Amino acid sequence: MDFSFLSDPRYDVLGAFWVTVQLTVWSAIGAFILGVVLAAMRVCPVPLMRGFAGGVVNIVRNIPLTLIIIMMSQVIANQLGLRLATRQPGVNPQAFLDTQNFRLAVLGFIIYTSTFVCEAIRSGINTVPPGQAEAARAVGLTFTQVLGIVVLPQAIRAVVAPLGSVLIALIKNTTVASAIGVSEAALLMNTLLENEADKFTAVFLVIAAGFIVLALPTGLVFGSLAKKASVKR
Amino acid sequence: MSERASVLYDIPGPRARRVNLIISIVFGIALAAALWWVLSVLASRNQLTAEKWSPFLDSKNWTTYLLPGLWATLEAAALSVAIALPVGALLGVARLSDHHWVRWPAGIIVEFFRSIPVIILMLFAFELWFFAFDAASPFAAVVIALVLYNGSVLAEVFRAGILAIPNGQTEAGFAIGLRKSQLMTIILLPQAITSMLPAVVSQLVVVVKDTALGGILVGYSELRRAGNISASSYGNPLPTYFVIAVIYIVINLLLGNLSTVVERKLRTRRGGPVVEVEAGAQTDLMAARQEILVFDEPGSASVMQQEERGFESRP
Amino acid sequence: MRFRTIASVVAGAAALALAVSGCSSSSTPSESSVASAAQSVAQSATSKVASAASAAQSAASSALAGATGNSQVLSSADAGKLVVGIKFTQPGLGVKNPDGTFSGFDVEVAKYVADKLGVDPSKIEFVEANSAQREDLIGKGQVDYIVATYSITDARKEKVNFAGPYFIAHQDLLVKSDNTDITGPEAMAGKILCSVTGSTSAQTIKDKYAADVALQEYPTYSDCVDALLSGAVDAVTTDDVILAGFAAQHPGQLKVVGKGFSNENYGIGLKKDDTAGTAAINTAIAAMIADGSWKKALEDTVGPSGYTIPAAPTPSS
Repeated sequence: MDFSFLSDPRYDVLGAFWVTVQLTVWSAIGAFILGVVLAAMRVCPVPLMRGFAGGVVNIVRNIPLTLIIIMMSQVIANQLGLRLATRQPGVNPQAFLDTQNFRLAVLGFIIYTSTFVCEAIRSGINTVPPGQAEAARAVGLTFTQVLGIVVLPQAIRAVVAPLGSVLIALIKNTTVASAIGVSEAALLMNTLLENEADKFTAVFLVIAAGFIVLALPTGLVFGSLAKKASVKR
Repeated sequence: MSERASVLYDIPGPRARRVNLIISIVFGIALAAALWWVLSVLASRNQLTAEKWSPFLDSKNWTTYLLPGLWATLEAAALSVAIALPVGALLGVARLSDHHWVRWPAGIIVEFFRSIPVIILMLFAFELWFFAFDAASPFAAVVIALVLYNGSVLAEVFRAGILAIPNGQTEAGFAIGLRKSQLMTIILLPQAITSMLPAVVSQLVVVVKDTALGGILVGYSELRRAGNISASSYGNPLPTYFVIAVIYIVINLLLGNLSTVVERKLRTRRGGPVVEVEAGAQTDLMAARQEILVFDEPGSASVMQQEERGFESRP
Repeated sequence: MRFRTIASVVAGAAALALAVSGCSSSSTPSESSVASAAQSVAQSATSKVASAASAAQSAASSALAGATGNSQVLSSADAGKLVVGIKFTQPGLGVKNPDGTFSGFDVEVAKYVADKLGVDPSKIEFVEANSAQREDLIGKGQVDYIVATYSITDARKEKVNFAGPYFIAHQDLLVKSDNTDITGPEAMAGKILCSVTGSTSAQTIKDKYAADVALQEYPTYSDCVDALLSGAVDAVTTDDVILAGFAAQHPGQLKVVGKGFSNENYGIGLKKDDTAGTAAINTAIAAMIADGSWKKALEDTVGPSGYTIPAAPTPSS
């Protein structure tokens, strides 16, 4: 099998996977925060917030990620005028465009992934024994205190493993950023296949290996984390 | 949900009700303002004109572009699931095999294809198909990639389903002299299939959404791509994206509800009161399962029947 | 006998899994591959992938070649059915209409050529040929020929054969009507330029006129036009005749700059080394120009956008 393309300076395999990693890390952080907020809203005493969060989750989860990412560029950025990078006059706007598309992709991933984080955490809230919340209320804690101090910490510890699955799904989902021209691993594979079609098995194995290298350790780490974090009852 | 949620906070008294009302109003106003802002920006960009949206009242837009695209999406999704189910069952059973030379390869296949993005699989399947048959087929690329991925996911669902069956079933099966293959096909698989049905139906949602990946790099004319052609013809990309999103949401919400209904029916059957089962709440699956009870091999049938009664007579 | 049914389903699944995964290399002597071999005569010569499978197939195709002639397009024409690649998304040139018909200048040319090859135009199956996929469609034998604003370039000539040119367009820029600072390709420095994925026109501007231009790619030109109208990109580039069609879709909002800066010779793409087919299509194009159908087709299709009908080219190559 011919892996000569690996040393071809035209194809920056490591660089492409570095973009994949960056997309994943930023999206994961954002999605976790937004997911917790959505989960809190879904169980809060204000009916309007509950309805809103439920609606957002049910709508966003059911749209293909491809469509969400393309809409980030075409609707949110182009029509609504969201600018996530500054375009300096007189400077080559390519850097602006690349940053803008990267950040739009991250925003799209955050919105999409946060709905899955929200559902995971909500199921975690269900595993916390009602007595915990009742005890917390009995000592006079308010809703935000009950949730923030007592319930959510236990809920999140209970769903470390599912959150790991969400993260692995996110790693794989970053390939959709190729739809708006972010030069990550899938776009590189497409270029490679156009120019080196005869080596398609080698190309596939390299890209597949890259994702396995990213996904497997994530799975193992979250597996052991889940054991450590689980609440003994 | 309300029952659970209420554990988290006291029944609101007069002050809490006032606070909740104020938060509701502020939040509502903020939402309305955001919506108003979005609509006014879109209006200022001439995106809300009748000219941009009236094409969706034109039946030809649907028959020429959108419905064929929707059909392409559903066709690929349905075929993928139809093939992925048996593939998944096979892999799932193989992972539980007593022989390590069956168990290990199956495990590697499942873990390998679960770790790789579907787009990557599609790109590879596209080249593979061309290599094997000397013809390009975006449809085949989409279906193969979705089968490989979802077959692996369903393998895990199957495995979990089989593992969840109480050990006594296996022991009883062996005790009456069933072979391993008989035990699997007569006792374990039928029960596993029933218990994993909701998971399979919700996997359908994932498959439907994933067909859209076929439109990015391998050029399958699914719903979004078909929408692109429609948008070019009418000059209205934004409304088209919106309508396509709504179509996806409706389909997937229906599938999601189906999954919930299936789950509820199964739960009622298992743990619910006898009355409901006897009142004709039997699903086709229930009927199918009863059919299993009446075929030859009297020994196994009686075991199953007792088991079944055990469920039903539970208070 | 329920369990036997289940067992046979599982066994069937195993067979299906093997067949679908395509890993078994023993799939060559199937009926479908023979059919595809018959359809894609001389395929192995250009096939990007040299493989045992295609080698086996090329043996079959060369055996067939003796009987049907050495040209995919001519043998398809003999069979009375042609598959033609066109654009579905270019007003005036190639569009799929809401009623499911196809119209535009490229479509008229495709029909005329088919007619001259002895195929009734109603027997043409039109398929979408996006810019990025044209060489692939031809190389993989999915289409008999492509009439899709397909510029004849040396790079493309290495992969496909061209008949024509049947039209000469000029690359140009589409900007907002009130734009005054973009006067030509040199003025694109520091601006954002939109083109569709797989098109070379934006790269040309970057290479030849303005190294500082930023390139945004979208799936279709109407995405580009929408981005232009919203101000997210500064200009859209492709051939003037295509841009004219989009300017006509948005009267008063968009204009073509009008400084055409290249000659784009539109050719009809077909299988590499299909000399007989290329000659036959060249004859058809010459006839179309000579009998006045060429001019009439142009007036009917791109004429309404205000585009000035140029003189006819001389098909050669």
